Amino acid sequence: MSDVSQPVAHPPVTDWVNDFDHTDPQWTEDPFSIWEELRAASPVVHTERFLGCYMPTTYEAVREIANDSEHFSSRRIIVRDVRPEPARNAAPPITSDPPVHKPAKQLLLPPFTPDAMKKLEPRMRAICNELIDGFIADGKVDAAARYSKYIPVQAIAHMLGIPEGDSDLFIDWIHMILELGIKDESKLLQAVQEMSAYFRTHIEERRTNPTDDLISYLMNAKDKEGNPLEESHVLGSLRLLLIAGIDTTWSAIGSSLWHLAKTPADRERLIAEPGLIPTAVEELLRAYSPVTMAREVVKETTISGCPVKAGNMVLLSFPAANRDPKMFPDADKVVIDRRENRHAAFGLGIHRCVGSNLARMEMQVALEEWLKRIPDFRLDPAGAVTWSQGTVRGPRQLPFLLGKAM
Amino acid sequence: MTERLRVHVDPDKCQGHARCKALAPELFELDEYGNAHEAGDGTVPPGLEDKAWLAKSNCPEIAIDVIEE
Repeated sequence: MSDVSQPVAHPPVTDWVNDFDHTDPQWTEDPFSIWEELRAASPVVHTERFLGCYMPTTYEAVREIANDSEHFSSRRIIVRDVRPEPARNAAPPITSDPPVHKPAKQLLLPPFTPDAMKKLEPRMRAICNELIDGFIADGKVDAAARYSKYIPVQAIAHMLGIPEGDSDLFIDWIHMILELGIKDESKLLQAVQEMSAYFRTHIEERRTNPTDDLISYLMNAKDKEGNPLEESHVLGSLRLLLIAGIDTTWSAIGSSLWHLAKTPADRERLIAEPGLIPTAVEELLRAYSPVTMAREVVKETTISGCPVKAGNMVLLSFPAANRDPKMFPDADKVVIDRRENRHAAFGLGIHRCVGSNLARMEMQVALEEWLKRIPDFRLDPAGAVTWSQGTVRGPRQLPFLLGKAM
Repeated sequence: MTERLRVHVDPDKCQGHARCKALAPELFELDEYGNAHEAGDGTVPPGLEDKAWLAKSNCPEIAIDVIEE
């Protein structure tokens, strides 16, 4: 089997335009200048790596692809070294194409409306404050490890009805799927199997003791014909909710705090005008969008005038789209009161992130509570900020000194 | 005489980002899936014109029209 063979070599990139690689350390460290170079070369670039992959570099090209499920399938949504046959019901609806996409998506939408999120908000504020209580007296903290990570984990655990104490287990699975899994199929399969076993146990418990949470909701959901969902669909959607809800928002909160740590003027303005925080959250989502998706070209077409051939993957970089100066004036600057902001951090088209209202609420609450209690903080010069690799970008170590600089 | 404005959401384009509801809650409503439609017949009450334009210019799907009547 080719999918568990030797790892594929990733030699350092020297020609970004014709040989890009989103797992290259240079990309992980500073993707922004790379995207600028690619965008200057063409609206769509190609690499032979990953068995052949395109990348749209402009907002317009990203929008064209996101809105075209006829030529671009979601059956594979991570650009990887291998292309094993996609599992049926891998993670509906994110891995679904029309016409099965819509009913699978509609099933998940009602629990994630803005009104539903408002009910969760007090719990989120309490979670943020409990986390801050844990380190505020120390004068320093790794904000990625002790704060931004646990906010989305505890939120989604709360919604799913699984123990918040299992957080580190979830984070290990996500690391195996989204980072290690790009190059090592066995890690991905192991994580998927462990997650499925975990959720099966929780499903079994609910057969005798029904609960008011998302697991029970999905177990009892019916399709249009009134039949219960297949077990593989329920497990696939549960895996999706756990994976998609965690390191994405972890990254977004972390990047936002990283920006505020090194930008005292923005920090002071948000403390003086907390009403601006929702607008600032949108701008931070634009400038530091965490999530890059993928599609598979299933039918030849052209995008922004560039021919695109079937059999290739597409690295659908919403983060790069959000830095396109044709779409956003001063695209490389963080303008926390930006008025016009059609950013694509949550995707465009039918696959718009189902958890976008949750993520926005978590970000707003996380920043509000942090700034209330820790108005002064800065990067710890003795530590190093590190960033995750691949599909979701955000700080994984974020050492801060808390309090006013001496 | 100032112009009257009316907002309209194209239901085929709306994907439920809910930016309009956040920016102009008086002018938009969300259904059970979180997809938006204009409140009532979409008429923008005097004083809310700025919010109408703001909602339009922040919709990622370009689903909102502001009609000047």
